[in-house]
Amino acid sequence: MSTRKIRVLVAKPGLDGHDRGAKVIARALRDAGMEVIYTGLRQTPEMIAAAALQEDVDAVGVSILSGAHNTLCPRIVQLLREKGMDNVLVLVGGIVPQEDLPRLKEQGVAEIFLPGTSTEEIVKFLHDNVKPRE
Amino acid sequence: MPETKESSSPAEIARETWEEQTLKPALERHPERKKSFQTVSLDEVERLYTPADIADLDFARDISFPGQFPYTRGIHPTGYRGKLWTMRQFAGFSTPEETNARFKYLMDQGQTGLSVAYDLPTLMGYDADSPLSEGEVGKCGVAVSSLADMEVLFDGIPLEQVTVSQTINAPASVLLAMYLVVAEKQGARWEKISGTLQNDILKEYIAQKEWIYPIKPAMKLVVDTFEFCTDRVPRYNPISVSGYHIREAGATAAQELAFTLRDGIEYVAWGVEAGLDVDRFVPRMSFFFNAHNDFFEEIAKYRAARRIWSREMKNRFGSNYERTLQMRFHTQTAGVSLTVQQPLNNIVRVAIQALAGVLGGTQSLHTDAYDEALALPTDRAALIALRTQQIIAEETGVANTVDPLGGSYYLEALTEKMEQEALEYFRKIDAMGGMVAAIEKGFPQREIQDSAYHYQKAVERGEQVIVGVNKYAMTDEPSEVPILVIDESVRTHQVERLEQTRASRDAGAVANALDKLRTAAKKNENTMPATIEAVRVYATLGEICSALRDVYGIYEEPAF
Repeated sequence: MSTRKIRVLVAKPGLDGHDRGAKVIARALRDAGMEVIYTGLRQTPEMIAAAALQEDVDAVGVSILSGAHNTLCPRIVQLLREKGMDNVLVLVGGIVPQEDLPRLKEQGVAEIFLPGTSTEEIVKFLHDNVKPRE
Repeated sequence: MPETKESSSPAEIARETWEEQTLKPALERHPERKKSFQTVSLDEVERLYTPADIADLDFARDISFPGQFPYTRGIHPTGYRGKLWTMRQFAGFSTPEETNARFKYLMDQGQTGLSVAYDLPTLMGYDADSPLSEGEVGKCGVAVSSLADMEVLFDGIPLEQVTVSQTINAPASVLLAMYLVVAEKQGARWEKISGTLQNDILKEYIAQKEWIYPIKPAMKLVVDTFEFCTDRVPRYNPISVSGYHIREAGATAAQELAFTLRDGIEYVAWGVEAGLDVDRFVPRMSFFFNAHNDFFEEIAKYRAARRIWSREMKNRFGSNYERTLQMRFHTQTAGVSLTVQQPLNNIVRVAIQALAGVLGGTQSLHTDAYDEALALPTDRAALIALRTQQIIAEETGVANTVDPLGGSYYLEALTEKMEQEALEYFRKIDAMGGMVAAIEKGFPQREIQDSAYHYQKAVERGEQVIVGVNKYAMTDEPSEVPILVIDESVRTHQVERLEQTRASRDAGAVANALDKLRTAAKKNENTMPATIEAVRVYATLGEICSALRDVYGIYEEPAF
């Protein structure tokens, strides 16, 4: 019996095209042995939730730097839950002001990684928090 | 007999003596801090540079005098002794009313040029009421959906006197049209207007990724603006070929230099292909570089940029016209180097980066505000950023003499190394068939992604130090900084104005103008006149871009 690899959807919602972080994270997670699917730019919350379902992922990493996180992130969580993906972790990376953090967590975001976070911390978080599946 | 000894020059003998008698015992007593020393681009730096490192350089050929080919030391014979650089702070947030007030404030504080930041919907060619604009209106810049917004943005700012730079790319021709119509309504003459349109679509596909149309029609729109401005707005710079975003996306200094200049060459080639005279349009092309943390590497980059450009314009395009050969550029300090942690440290980073831009001979400069890793700058943070430039200009003495670091063994060797690295990239890109072809293959994109990843790993190993992040970090930070919050009321305000505009305009005239634009695009005519007509009757940005999308289609990024 082997546990399957952790599968992560790296998603880039909103209009901003700054994908440096998303691409670095995607590569770091792959190097750490995870299976990573990158959505490409400018995905709506609906497209992200559909991709998460189709790819059967354990986590969705949302990269956002435009300031639209309060609008987009809760919507992504809500759509995932509506589609029955109750255990899929939603992680957010990017520029999020300190005062927005508690609200995002209340709305179901598992963790928010601010600039300066090492890729190792993110890998560790996924290993610690994704429930192993066969 | 030991032949090598006999053929050694006095300088080589002196070097060997120094290594043996002075260096060796010193290293035995005090080993160096690290095995190897690297720039922020992860390039190896030698312990010491001497005349031997620049022995292949010829003063007249490679360094020369300022204001003379190949312009390594600057394009002005007197450097900043005649005129200081233009202090041009990029600003834009929320509504056109708010940004107009910030512009007036910055000008009252001694800023000498304006620079507009547009929000993401505007950059992508969507109106404020588009569903795709939800959550984004006024967040990263000012929201402009039609001429009505542009009229408010420049209210009370005389466009014949003030130079304005506009950071806009995929829909640049539309924003240029809006700007020209506002100027006209103020009574300003187009032939007197100067300013800059970023309008650099190639770096969007490479790095910033705010595109609309496929590459080739997008290049056609750029060439349309070259042609139009050359004839009608001759003092305006219709493009600012930008390395800034390429660097922010993770490129090394040499990659920033190489890809930006090769983009520049591509634009010149497309202009020539369209029948434009090199010496009429190239003098109005400007450039835009990043100022990152590695002080000497940055200065070398700017000096190499001028030298390469002048040589390429001469060799590839046969120009001998001074203004074509002289590269002019704007510099902005590296947003990506700013830290959320201990944000006041950013003031120091910005000052040093800005100093590199000045020592590299920039024509204009934007200094980032210390709170920009958190949000758009507050008034207080924006003011300190401007004051940083004023301190460099007025207090440090660096503007007193031309190219003060010229002749430094290290700097000259580094300048030469930068040039060689860029030329190596040119050879590869030329072999692929030019920059458009290289982008279609994903070549610069992949090079940049690799560099970004290697840099991140070097930071995580602690080889690249970021003060306050991977060294000298604090759990309880001493200062909290206030940040600027843009709420959703901005969208409401903008949507209201858009609705009023749509209700009060002549709908028939709008439909007619959009049809004419589609026709011009289909017939491969210059789209600028039809764009101006559409703007004049208050067709919105979204409507105009959508008309062009009908003809050109949209860009889909391949997976790299």
